[in-house]
Amino acid sequence: MKAAPFTLHKPGTLEEAVALLAEYGEDGGLVIAGGQSLTPMMALRVAYPPHLVDINAIEKLSQLTVGDGFLSIGATVRHAQFHRHFVEAGTLGRLLSSVVHHIAHYPIRQRGTFCGSLAHADPSSEWCLVAATLGAELRLTSTSGDRLVQINDFLDGAMSTTREPSEILTEARLPLLAENTRFGFYEFNRRAGDFALGMALVAYDLEGGKIRNARIGVGGIEEKARRLAAVEAALEGKTPDSEAFAAAAAATVADVDAMEDPTTSAQYRRDLSGVVVRRALEIAQTATRF
Amino acid sequence: MPERLRPNRKRFIGESVTRLEDGPLVTGRARFIADLNFPHQLHARIVRSAYACGQILSIDVREALAVDGVVAVWTAADMANVPNIPFRATAIQGLGPYTQPPLARDRVRYVGEPVAVVIAEDAYVAEDAAELVIIEIDPADPYLDAFGAPPEFAPGHSCEPVVINKGYGDVDGAFADAHRVIELDLSIGRHSAIPMETRGLIARYDEARDVLELHGAAKRPHWNRDQLADLFKLSPSRVELYENHVGGGFGVRGELYPEDLIVCFATLKLKRSIKWIEDRREHLMAANQSREQRHLVRAAIDAEGRIGAIDEILYHDQGAYVRTHGARVADMTIGLLLGPYRVPAYRARAHYRLTNKTPAATYRAPGRFEGSFVRERLIEAIANDLRRDPIDIRRLNFIAPEEMPYERGLSALETEVVLDSGDYDGLLGKALAFADWDSLRAKAAERRSAGELVGIGFGMFVEKSGLGPAEMVDMTVETDGSVTIVTGAASLGQGMETVIAQICADTIGTDYRRIRVLHGDTNRIPYGFGAHASRVTVMTGEATRRAAVIIRAKALDLAAEILGVDAAKLDIIDGVVLSLEGAGETLDLGEIARHLGPTSPLRKDREPGLSTVAWYHSKHMNYPYGVHIAQVRVDMETGQVAVEDYAVAYDVGRAINPALVEAQIVGGLAQGIGGALFEEFLYDDNGQPLSVTFADYRMVTASEMPPVKVLILEDAPSPLNPLGIKGAGEGGVNAAGAAIASAIDDALQHPGFVRQLPVTPQYIRRRLAETRALDV
Repeated sequence: MKAAPFTLHKPGTLEEAVALLAEYGEDGGLVIAGGQSLTPMMALRVAYPPHLVDINAIEKLSQLTVGDGFLSIGATVRHAQFHRHFVEAGTLGRLLSSVVHHIAHYPIRQRGTFCGSLAHADPSSEWCLVAATLGAELRLTSTSGDRLVQINDFLDGAMSTTREPSEILTEARLPLLAENTRFGFYEFNRRAGDFALGMALVAYDLEGGKIRNARIGVGGIEEKARRLAAVEAALEGKTPDSEAFAAAAAATVADVDAMEDPTTSAQYRRDLSGVVVRRALEIAQTATRF
Repeated sequence: MPERLRPNRKRFIGESVTRLEDGPLVTGRARFIADLNFPHQLHARIVRSAYACGQILSIDVREALAVDGVVAVWTAADMANVPNIPFRATAIQGLGPYTQPPLARDRVRYVGEPVAVVIAEDAYVAEDAAELVIIEIDPADPYLDAFGAPPEFAPGHSCEPVVINKGYGDVDGAFADAHRVIELDLSIGRHSAIPMETRGLIARYDEARDVLELHGAAKRPHWNRDQLADLFKLSPSRVELYENHVGGGFGVRGELYPEDLIVCFATLKLKRSIKWIEDRREHLMAANQSREQRHLVRAAIDAEGRIGAIDEILYHDQGAYVRTHGARVADMTIGLLLGPYRVPAYRARAHYRLTNKTPAATYRAPGRFEGSFVRERLIEAIANDLRRDPIDIRRLNFIAPEEMPYERGLSALETEVVLDSGDYDGLLGKALAFADWDSLRAKAAERRSAGELVGIGFGMFVEKSGLGPAEMVDMTVETDGSVTIVTGAASLGQGMETVIAQICADTIGTDYRRIRVLHGDTNRIPYGFGAHASRVTVMTGEATRRAAVIIRAKALDLAAEILGVDAAKLDIIDGVVLSLEGAGETLDLGEIARHLGPTSPLRKDREPGLSTVAWYHSKHMNYPYGVHIAQVRVDMETGQVAVEDYAVAYDVGRAINPALVEAQIVGGLAQGIGGALFEEFLYDDNGQPLSVTFADYRMVTASEMPPVKVLILEDAPSPLNPLGIKGAGEGGVNAAGAAIASAIDDALQHPGFVRQLPVTPQYIRRRLAETRALDV
């Protein structure tokens, strides 16, 4: 379990990094930031990148800042940076810190990155679900400059994105959430830290006791994390109660196109999708009752 | 000698003293096989089959051989003179044609089977070059379900080499007369030992001494030495096996595998040391797997629930080859199936079948984890059928203490099963009280009425331990007064050095920290039967006690003469011989050892040295027994089962070190819960293994482990050895599947719900759908 030979490049600037990727990307060269998914794949010889462009030394990619209406997450921002509520990000900061503990294990979170999770596009990635549900905007950088892409146009399927081989995902922007936004995240897995068999993120604004602007997403169920418009519609204007949640769960089950694999049937995942959505809604409801 | 006369005599047997072996382990100074290196060593990398079944059309090694640093690339053709891997003595005939060659000949039979080996100057180079070996295989349909009709293994040889029959009594008569017949179809998933340290070996041919050394030995060094000598046509005196620190064995480590033969062959051929360290992915497809069985079992019962007969058919999935254990696991599954119950008539047939999966063998509590699941499911099904409490049904069928020793009329591990001692009803009562059974049940019922799915489960089991045939120790008191014990048993990290030292120290009358236990070096002792089958504390322990008795007598004999005091009036306290009357001179053990030196005039015509060899022979195993009690919570919507609380009661006859016994039980339980809920080697329809990383092969972590309460009992010491010891290594695993299945049934208030292990969320959801469909 040792990686096949490869050449490691450690550029000090983004300009150098994109130049290297322009040169090697087409031949399978890859960006490495945290490496928590890529290096095991290389050790198992599932991935054979002949060149790795290590972006960890590029100072400006490590920034985590609040901009005008959004949180900007640089390419080397580690999962662990969300362990504590990032106060400037308000409600969004609280949401991220409630999700981050579900990602793998503590040592992995010290190294793995938010943007790396998006670029890896595992269907069970918590950050892909967060990005898809909240509507992240991504910055892809190459020698030809920057390109902004919506998350839904970026995620292309299981472990697949529309990133060009010459591009680096340099920044993810998440819209900040309103003060009255309620959120809930629920993940089901076999053991603490395992990949999710199914998970849901819900966020909605509570106006006059009614659900407005519902954002409901599921991950681990389909090939990629996705917002479920049909479920959001079913909740819009409803009082957040068990009846509404049950309807949302039913709408989820009806809407998802669940994956199957040798250990888990599509039926199992479909049933689970409703359960995780309902539980996430229940968490959103109770978590805000102080 | 009355106890009050020796106020200072410190006892070590029965004390939870700290482990002698922990110093290097906890300070990072231990030496595992991967830490060991020899000058000019080479590294081996095994090229493994990517197909479960097929004909090898060609193997092209040219590209790999051309890599800079590659010394050799070999296939079966290069090792044609090396015989297949042998199996240990077994009464079962006809298994020879099913043994495994070190490298696949003509056919591959499982994914992961060694097909070629690359030897290189560097482990990285070897791994890179291994990828360049091109193996062309014409794939065939694999045989993956041992319940299905067995195809041909080779011309004239079926994939079912043997059907093992056991039994006694008039089974058909009992079924004809039965009040009711209870019938179950139960399965256990394939899982195995995953030691923290993977396997590893260094073979070294020492030209100066003309000796083949194999480092990285474990479990059965002497048997392996003899077999390697035989395979490579060397005198056993020219083969030496060495153990290092071992990071867990649990049955799979220390058997002869293809890799052992390959590295020995390579060093003999190349005259350079050959190092091979298994990686985790390899371990999960190359090391022995275990447990996969299906049982069709029937019981004939009377109106009260008394068992009249059991009729059992076992389908045992052996995987691709017969390995060193022969058909032992299938054999002992049916030989030990009946546990603590009186069964007047019994018939069992074990279909031992070879499939296209990794070969199987023993894993901690082999055949008993499986058998206890089956037997205890059956008991609960009987109780349910009669609407009786399963605890009462157990009590009704227990073998009574006064029936001991109880001859089963069955054999297992090539010995007759004779239950040596046991008070099953007594232990059951103590276990229920210890776990606060009634209150546990009441609280669970309360939570169920509040909507939670919580249940309490029970599993009763009889283990076996102390497998013979013999063990010897060579004990010497050194001139500094310390004691050296050499044993042919092995250490897998279980604490045997400490336990053996405790027995020796207690018997002689010295401190256990003054004892050094040397093991794992075939060169130091001619015989040894290894560390497996919960045998070391029993076998090496009793040999140690015997040697210590002799040493003590020898020491007192000489001391009596020197001190001029009657030996009967002397004692040894903390390594010093002194008079029981308290006055007079003293002699420490080191001085006595010096006086017994070959040139010492005081020795007179006594044998030189304060040393002895002692043997212990045992024809029969002994039988510890216990209870597992589990509390689980089921999440109906996801199918997840959480083990909330756990209790184990275990009668080990005599606990030499209770803390170590408890550690054995808790550690074993983690593996038992794994097998009950999490761990499974799965294969797809093409025989591709799906569980080759720790993401897919799910071991229990600290997060999944419940709090565990352990009750160690000594109510039924074994009459087979004077200390009454029974082994403690496997009771923690044994009934975990049984108890957890029972608890899930209880949580769902659905007797007989669980029919297979592991109970995954997917299985629970499937079974719920099935049972609901039946309800409609």
